[in-house]
Amino acid sequence: MTYFDPAQPDQPTSRPDRPAGSGWNDQPTKEWNWRDDDDDDRDEQYSSQYASQEDAYADAEETAEEAREGASGSEDGHYAAPPSPELSDEPSDEPSDEPSAAAPARSAGAQSDAAARKKRLSGAGLGIGILLALLGFTLVVQVKSNNTDAIYASAREGDLLQIMSDLDASEKRLQQEIASLQQTQRELQSGAAGQQAALNEAKQRADDLGILAGTLPARGPGVQVRIEEISGTIKAASLLNAVQELRGGGAEAIEIDGSGGAVRVIASTSFVDADGGIRIDDKRLTGPYTILAIGDPETLSKAVQFAGGVVPRVKSDGGNVIVNNRDVVEIKEVVPAPDLQYARPAS
Amino acid sequence: MIAVLALIGGIVAGVILEPTVPLALQPYLPIAVVAALDAVFGGVRAKLDGIFDDKQFVISFISNVLVAGVIVYLGDQLGVGTQLSTGVVVVLGVRIFGNVAAIRRHLFRA
Repeated sequence: MTYFDPAQPDQPTSRPDRPAGSGWNDQPTKEWNWRDDDDDDRDEQYSSQYASQEDAYADAEETAEEAREGASGSEDGHYAAPPSPELSDEPSDEPSDEPSAAAPARSAGAQSDAAARKKRLSGAGLGIGILLALLGFTLVVQVKSNNTDAIYASAREGDLLQIMSDLDASEKRLQQEIASLQQTQRELQSGAAGQQAALNEAKQRADDLGILAGTLPARGPGVQVRIEEISGTIKAASLLNAVQELRGGGAEAIEIDGSGGAVRVIASTSFVDADGGIRIDDKRLTGPYTILAIGDPETLSKAVQFAGGVVPRVKSDGGNVIVNNRDVVEIKEVVPAPDLQYARPAS
Repeated sequence: MIAVLALIGGIVAGVILEPTVPLALQPYLPIAVVAALDAVFGGVRAKLDGIFDDKQFVISFISNVLVAGVIVYLGDQLGVGTQLSTGVVVVLGVRIFGNVAAIRRHLFRA
């Protein structure tokens, strides 16, 4: 559409080496037809990459011819006639120039053309600019992305195969490593579990032994045996007898409280008569005595009370025995763990 | 002038932004770039010939890129993508060489 601007008259001047009148031999009537087909012609030429320069020159020539024709007001008056849509853009003063000589008309056309071209540039130039910016952008992007994977893209097939087999081998190796590490992890986990179980068992055992050895406090059902002095002094033998009866009844832990302290009864506990009291281990106790024993309460109380046992002996010493069954007996007294110097586990 | 500035601007933007090519576009971008280059050289030649037309340039630019992309896509679908890409690049390369030769004749008269 813009193609019909007087832009075309410029072209002959830009190519002064062309023979000026070479186009005049053409039929004038054909000129106008050509004008309608002009765009198509041009497109074809463009798409065929301006197959020949001669064609392009012919174009320019014809246009120039056309302009001259219009300016001189020649054969057909179409140029000055009611303007086609394309021509409506042009300045209105151009028809008035027509009667004058060819040269002034052409210069006026050139001037108006310059203005029109400027207007056109802002629109189409923007499109071209955007396209070219896009081109530059994608060009750089493509070049960059091509550079990044150039290592493998430019490698030869043999190299690639080598690299691939290397990777395969290393993958296999790593898989094996993973498998062996998982195996180790499983072993360690099961080992840890077994160790934990053994530890728990050992702890349980240590607790049991600690209670039996008297190194740990204990609690549980049992009996409380109170031995009061009424008219005499309780003998150590009587107290030892009571402890032995309790042990025979299955007492698991025994403690003797008296005024003067409390003593945990263990395997090595000794009972010695002292003046006015009893020395049990290192402590001197006086009555009344309270024996706490953990075990089956029924059995323990019967063991203390059965005929010819503890009670008659205490009574002969001038004392009295009171047995209480308890659901919970707390034995708090402990003895320090013995430091064995000689004896060692046999196994 | 605007065109040169725009081209430089695009290159600068590409350098600065450092985008990565989406995987779907990877086969088409190189061909599209070459096709666009062909259009640009054609435009430069037309300019030197004095027959440059904005609309024509824009249309030929876009259609070149689209046609090149479609050809590569078709080639991919037909299983001859690599060969067809090579063919397109060869044709476009020949055209670019022809255009550059014409430009050279214009500029250096040789």
